[in-house]
Amino acid sequence: MTSGMAAVTSGRPILRARDVHKSFGDNEVLKGIDLDVFASEVVAILGPSGSGKSTLLRCFNQLERIDRGFVEVDGEQIGYRLSGGRLAPLGVRAVAAQRSKMGMVFQSFNLYPHMTVLQNVIEAPVGVHRIPRREAIATATDLIARVGLSDKLNAYPRQLSGGQQQRVAIARALAIRPKVLLFDEPTSALDPELVGEVLTTMRDLASQGLTMIVVTHEIGFAREAADRVVFMDGGHIVEQGRPDDVLVSPRHPRTRAFLSRFI
Amino acid sequence: MTADTPSHSPQTATGDAFDRPDDSLRNVAGAYRPIPFSRLALWAVVLLVAADFSAVVATNDNFGWPVVAEYFFSPIVLDGLFVTIWLAVVSMALGVVLGLPIAIARMSQDRLAQSLSWLFVWFFRGTPLLVQLILWYNLSFLFPSISLSIPFGPTLASWNTNDIITPVTAAIVGLALNEAAYMAEIIRGGLLSVDRGQMETAESFGMRPMRALWRIVIPQAMRSIVPPTGNQFISMIKATSLVSVIAMADLLYSVQSIYNRTFETIPMLFVAVLWYLLITSILSAVQARIERHYARGDRQIPQAAAKDRAATEQEAAG
Ligand SMILES: Nc1ncnc2c1ncn2[C@@H]1O[C@H](COP(=O)(O)OP(=O)(O)O)[C@@H](O)[C@H]1O
Ligand SMILES: [Mg+2]
Repeated sequence: MTSGMAAVTSGRPILRARDVHKSFGDNEVLKGIDLDVFASEVVAILGPSGSGKSTLLRCFNQLERIDRGFVEVDGEQIGYRLSGGRLAPLGVRAVAAQRSKMGMVFQSFNLYPHMTVLQNVIEAPVGVHRIPRREAIATATDLIARVGLSDKLNAYPRQLSGGQQQRVAIARALAIRPKVLLFDEPTSALDPELVGEVLTTMRDLASQGLTMIVVTHEIGFAREAADRVVFMDGGHIVEQGRPDDVLVSPRHPRTRAFLSRFI
Repeated sequence: MTADTPSHSPQTATGDAFDRPDDSLRNVAGAYRPIPFSRLALWAVVLLVAADFSAVVATNDNFGWPVVAEYFFSPIVLDGLFVTIWLAVVSMALGVVLGLPIAIARMSQDRLAQSLSWLFVWFFRGTPLLVQLILWYNLSFLFPSISLSIPFGPTLASWNTNDIITPVTAAIVGLALNEAAYMAEIIRGGLLSVDRGQMETAESFGMRPMRALWRIVIPQAMRSIVPPTGNQFISMIKATSLVSVIAMADLLYSVQSIYNRTFETIPMLFVAVLWYLLITSILSAVQARIERHYARGDRQIPQAAAKDRAATEQEAAG
């Protein structure tokens, strides 16, 4: 089923998912996902609503437990440890440490409303990564400038527009120097005129060599910024490959049907 | 807008936009503001009645104001006041400290923790505080000695119940456990009011659950925890008067001990009432400050955030 792995496939994958299954009760949402993501690669995940895209990202970040298969991040299996032929679940501490390698950007921003922009961005570096406060503030100030919000350093999230909040959320995810950045429909909750500023920020990051997995409905962004497009449907990866191939001449009828809605 | 309205170009001066004869008269900025005679009359009546009532109360000899003044700062009353305050503070603090883990246990996925915390709340909220206090005070009647032992196994240590349970410990244990049951429910309500996405976000950034609770969820929950907690504290101040049944000399008990001797019942009760009102007023003011603190980040109250913000601002600059 997986075809066209010809896109940027150099070196060791940063993220390796094999035969990932996930059910909620009787509802099998992921039905055997195999995916490799390489360093500096930008992977766009497309697919109809309910196809399991969010669940897949949540499994990568251990917000959901998978039922079968495994996921490796940076050469380390997530959630479990293999030693002496026995696979043992990790404790809370180790899971937290693994999660701290991934930055997540949510559809609904999820900024901490009781903290200023700066406090939002330094929270994980100071509290989880034990970076000295002064240094974390300097880094955070740079990152906030990079997303164009230097004048909002001490504003509270509720005082910002949706687009500004999402850019802060991106700065917050960058602040932990993640191995992989996960985006779950980062522009879906935004007013149309605010989508552009967030996509611009994400294009910048893509061009700077960050490894990104982006669930999105923005076909334009996928075409310009992604190295590879993955199309999901009904809990399967139906088709993947270079944006020009998958988006311009999709092979699978489901992909064709999905894309036809955007033209 | 009607069909005959001429298509208009953007207006720069507001005056130009009033292009029909009556338009400038229709500008609501120049609307007539009636003097609110009926409101003013209402105020006058209320103030008059209040002044009259105060005068009646102040000049009525039956209230015994000289007696109130005489005993207001008397050592017995002040001792009782002190007992009331520290008993309430200690019991409230213990109630909060115990209530938090009970609330977390009730919300956990663990069935055992859920059941135990449910049982605790069920019992201590479901029985009268007065009965609980009397039971604690008479614990030695039920269990003459208290020992620490392995269930069905050897005993590690043992104490005589009467040595441990004094009026003070019975009062503290009784008030604190009862308070913990109520605080657990208040805290649980507060935690539930915070969007689930906040906990997930914190955890997805590698925060351990306890830290995520402490840094992210609890500060947001405080907005709905503080007001009912203020209520609880004020109830607690008054609930301490129940401990007089187990021979603790709180404010009410001291006042009673005086009027049992002097028969100046009403003035002495007013001494207690004024002190209770004074304490609860101070508590209300403190509560208002705390509420303002946790309202930071709200669009409506920018000045409340200023102090908190100044700290990080300085750090960012320095
Ligand atoms: N926590 C959950 N409990 C039960 N069902 C869930 C849960 N999360 C997602 N699902 C179900 O999983 C399916 C896939 O959801 P999702 O991953 O959000 O799809 P997508 O992001 O592609 O729209 C949906 O049918 C949804 O109802
Ligand atoms: Mg989704």
